Amino acid sequence: MASKYSNLTFKGYRRDNGRVGVRNHVVILPVDDISNAACEAVANNIKGTLALPHAYGRLQFGADLDLHFRTMIGTGANPNVAACIVIGIEPGWTQKIVDGIAETGKPVAGFSIEQNGDLRTIMDASRKAKEFVHYATELQREDCAVGELWVSTKCGESDTTTGLGSCPTVGNMYDKLLPEGIYGCFGETSEITGAEHICKQRAVSPEVGERWYAMWKAYQDDVIFAHQTDDLSESQPTKGNIEGGLTTIEEKALGNLEKIGRTSKFIDILEPAEAPNVGKGLYFMDSSSAAAECVTLMAAGGYVVHTFPTGQGNVIGNPIVPVIKITANPRTVRTMGEHVDLDVSGILRREMTIDDAGDALIDMIMRTASGRSTAAEALGHREFVMTKLYRSA
Amino acid sequence: MTIPHLLVHDRKDNVGVVVVEGLTAGTRMLAVVTEDDSSFEIEARNDVPIGHKVALRDIADGDTAIKYGEDIGRFVADVARGGHVHVHNLKTKRW
Repeated sequence: MASKYSNLTFKGYRRDNGRVGVRNHVVILPVDDISNAACEAVANNIKGTLALPHAYGRLQFGADLDLHFRTMIGTGANPNVAACIVIGIEPGWTQKIVDGIAETGKPVAGFSIEQNGDLRTIMDASRKAKEFVHYATELQREDCAVGELWVSTKCGESDTTTGLGSCPTVGNMYDKLLPEGIYGCFGETSEITGAEHICKQRAVSPEVGERWYAMWKAYQDDVIFAHQTDDLSESQPTKGNIEGGLTTIEEKALGNLEKIGRTSKFIDILEPAEAPNVGKGLYFMDSSSAAAECVTLMAAGGYVVHTFPTGQGNVIGNPIVPVIKITANPRTVRTMGEHVDLDVSGILRREMTIDDAGDALIDMIMRTASGRSTAAEALGHREFVMTKLYRSA
Repeated sequence: MTIPHLLVHDRKDNVGVVVVEGLTAGTRMLAVVTEDDSSFEIEARNDVPIGHKVALRDIADGDTAIKYGEDIGRFVADVARGGHVHVHNLKTKRW
């Protein structure tokens, strides 16, 4: 059924695999930590490219290695990336990542350092990166329907105002745009603790709810209770949360869950960095509550815009996905206004309804998707943080 | 509408959230319940920072704190109506 949101459009980049990007990056992606230097050199040589240095990629194994590959391939495959150079120390894992990204149909090329050294690798990769920049800069934005957007969410430096204002704003947006066909994503497994009985009921079916609960319970048992040395009361909630007035994880979780609105149901559970594969709708991604890790995983899952409610003022960004900051805390607006894309503090003063705020967020999402730089982009926040499951071999 | 000092999510809640800066002890606070827009007045017993909670009724050590209409933890001290509620008198039941 058509709503007042059905005819919204934005100017996006249509990719060969049918997905739509809202940015047009040429990424220089290191397979491993020791290839960061070469990637950064290429990005320095060729203007308009973006290196994504990170800390991992050597001697990982099992599920942790699978996650590494999924994050690397997913990042390169994200529709916000026009073309990608992959550089690794050796050709085997480099090619595996190149092949994964190539399935999207976008230009991708791999280079390995052994038997070439950094200098030859940098020269060869720079020549290819320059070709990719010429290619990407001739691509044009075109009109795309709102339903072609993939919008993720995760909150950070939460306080009690996030549960009152900025998280319900995101929830209202999902209640309005999921029926228009967007893909949504929320996560933060540890942060649902205290609201797990409510989250389970927000699954589309009892079967999905049971799978969600088993995932959440496994996290509690295998991670929290296996590794805790104290009661976690200074880690979850964080010191920043406590400063902002949040006292317990239950209180934080109930505010967090406001991000999925009143009517939205999640249809499936994603592994970290996994792309959705049962169609349009809302997904839960098993993920850390650490902001940069979570946004990096959701970007690798294919999401192109991120909505980020904050209370005390988290400054995070992402290199390939615009991160829209929303706050209802008037002190944060006053003291950290340069980090705020959408001020919904009027909700606390009862000057703005949640419905008004949801519409304002939808407007900001469409403008951002069409090219408006977010505060985090303008301020140069490019946090790219891989999630690691356990120690390397 | 007058700007409220305190917002309460649900009528069942026994804590509310201060939403103005610089709240001082003795202030007659206007509290609004967001669930139904009903309002009431309550006096602040402490200086309470924005975002922090106050008790909406007299609380006994061991009582359950209710916010969003849900259990958010256990009080570990008595708190008088209008008193500051935070980590000094409220703890999680989870870890």
